[in-house]
Amino acid sequence: MEASLYRMVRLIRRFEERCVELVRSGDIIGGIHPYIGQEAIAAGVCAALRFDDIITSTHRGHGHVLAKGADPIRMLAELCGKVTGLNRGRGGSMHAADFSKGIFGANGIVGAGGAIATGAAWAFLRQGGGDKVAVSFFGDGAVSQGVLLEAMNLAALWKVPVLFVCENNGYATTLTVSESVAGTICGRASAFGIPSSTVDGMDAAVVFEAASAAVESARRGEGPAFLECLTYRFDAHHTWEHKARVRYRPAEEEVSGRLRDPVEIAGGRLDPAERESIDEAIEALLDEAVAFATTSPAPDPSTALDYLYGSAVLP
Amino acid sequence: MARLSYLKALQRALIDEMSRDESVFVLGEDIRVGVNNVTTGLLAKFGPQRVLDTPLSEQGFTSFATGAALAGMRPVIEFQIPSLLFLVFEQIANQAHKFSLMTGGQARVPVTYFVPGSGSKTGWAGQHSDHPYGLFAHVGVKTVVPATPADAYGLFVSAIREDDPVVIFAPAGSLGVRDDVDLETLSAVPLGVGTIHRPGSDVTVVAVGHHVQTALAVADQLEGEISVEVWDPRSLYPFDWSGLAESVNRTGRLVVIDDSNRHCGIAGEILATAAEQMRLTAPPRRVTRPSGAVLPFALALDLACQPDAEQLVTAVREVAKD
Ligand SMILES: Cc1ncc(C[n+]2csc(CCOP(=O)(O)OP(=O)(O)O)c2C)c(N)n1
Ligand SMILES: [Mg+2]
Repeated sequence: MEASLYRMVRLIRRFEERCVELVRSGDIIGGIHPYIGQEAIAAGVCAALRFDDIITSTHRGHGHVLAKGADPIRMLAELCGKVTGLNRGRGGSMHAADFSKGIFGANGIVGAGGAIATGAAWAFLRQGGGDKVAVSFFGDGAVSQGVLLEAMNLAALWKVPVLFVCENNGYATTLTVSESVAGTICGRASAFGIPSSTVDGMDAAVVFEAASAAVESARRGEGPAFLECLTYRFDAHHTWEHKARVRYRPAEEEVSGRLRDPVEIAGGRLDPAERESIDEAIEALLDEAVAFATTSPAPDPSTALDYLYGSAVLP
Repeated sequence: MARLSYLKALQRALIDEMSRDESVFVLGEDIRVGVNNVTTGLLAKFGPQRVLDTPLSEQGFTSFATGAALAGMRPVIEFQIPSLLFLVFEQIANQAHKFSLMTGGQARVPVTYFVPGSGSKTGWAGQHSDHPYGLFAHVGVKTVVPATPADAYGLFVSAIREDDPVVIFAPAGSLGVRDDVDLETLSAVPLGVGTIHRPGSDVTVVAVGHHVQTALAVADQLEGEISVEVWDPRSLYPFDWSGLAESVNRTGRLVVIDDSNRHCGIAGEILATAAEQMRLTAPPRRVTRPSGAVLPFALALDLACQPDAEQLVTAVREVAKD
């Protein structure tokens, strides 16, 4: 488990660093919201999931999509807007999805995923599909969205097997948690009678433990659970900040926030030789991904409205 | 003369109105830092009671503004991205907009909603690329789409002074526009009054928002072949029908360029009204996004869904031939 957690944390880190380079080179248009610093959460939670469980993700979704099992090569092709991408180049960073892996999509609207995950998990119950669960990832900013709170109420009322995972990185863009959240984040879960806990989101093993317990209780039919993971975003809110250079985080905080690095925490538990071989395999994979993404064909403009309707018919 | 950018014009309008009227205040996401470059520096100037950074609670703070307006304030809300208007459609269309009539004229709701960067920012994909001005015009909410720095200033000022809700769309494609402007002459631009950006005699091109620039370029390109008049409604609701009629009755030919979805869009409304009320000598045309379009991510697909100069040239040539 230690090696596989490290592998995922490191893969996400290096994937994101490659993406930032591809934004700079213009291969990725529109920029990305880098997940750098928060990797342990996606890695830890998804390690507690089965192949047939589902997740919903956010605008900062690359880590969740990779950790739930999407192919990094096709993911990168998606970010480069290629027909070979997960969404055939139609979705991009904020909409990357792979339904074959239970990834119901990154989402550009803050707070939108919680209700979708709740509905999906409820449907699994109704369909008698065994003990599948859904996980919704969201940031601290989302806990002020009505739709998320409405979803938590439904989930608790109807005992839905859904896990709400809040990634508290201290900021919603430039706004601090203390300026945006009255009461506490976990207090919202308590208000609906949903059991919750707050854990160290920098340590993938800690996140894995906590998520496993929550997922198991959901599988046993005990209803929803809520996990607050404390973390820090190491990079910009969005890559446009690399040019705009807006200032809103104290410099000392940016230094102290990066002291505990999820890659080092997970990597420190491995034997150095093992760590090195994992790192090498990841570099080789990402080299392949970049080559594939940059050389794959772009979609034909005449197909711009393909897939607009599920019926495949344009009215 | 000074070089004035569209963004600075919006900022200037906000500062002028906040200085003039104590009841004006601004709220929205990341507006202290000013990630959209309109509200930058306002916190230092006006203090935290008049510049409120909100949590991500759009439905809550939109109706919060309605309440503050009913109690005598003039709130201005910045929406960071155009899709947030879908989220708060109930709060604007079904609450703020309806109070006046439903209360038999007892209540006024002077709230201004502004969206710096509506439409496609290229690469922001499905949920961040809409241009939903037609929806607001359809339900009767006052809706303006300035195309130039002077109009951005003037329409923003008028929107804030208006006793009704007004949505002001600042297209992403207009934010970089700069003009030489005599700052002394900046003034309120009344709602519901269009303007001719370039006179012409053969074809009237009605251009909405950033496509004013597209239309001006096309008019240049066709000079000597077809004389194009570029007419900008500036307000989509109320709409300057008599101003448009004056132009169309002269040229007899009409093309509309509108960066929103075709079916039930504002371009269709303009064509219908022209057909009913104006002297057209040829069937009119429109250049729009496709019906029902959701903007795909890949660059070529995104661009394929947006109206462009080439399509406008074709449409203008077609109506000129008919
Ligand atoms: C409903 C909604 N409001 C505003 C935005 C613009 N926006 C995108 S991300 C973001 C901040 C989100 O903060 P948080 O939920 O804490 O996630 P983080 O970015 O920190 O990962 C904002 C305001 C949006 N996409 N959706
Ligand atoms: Mg956050």
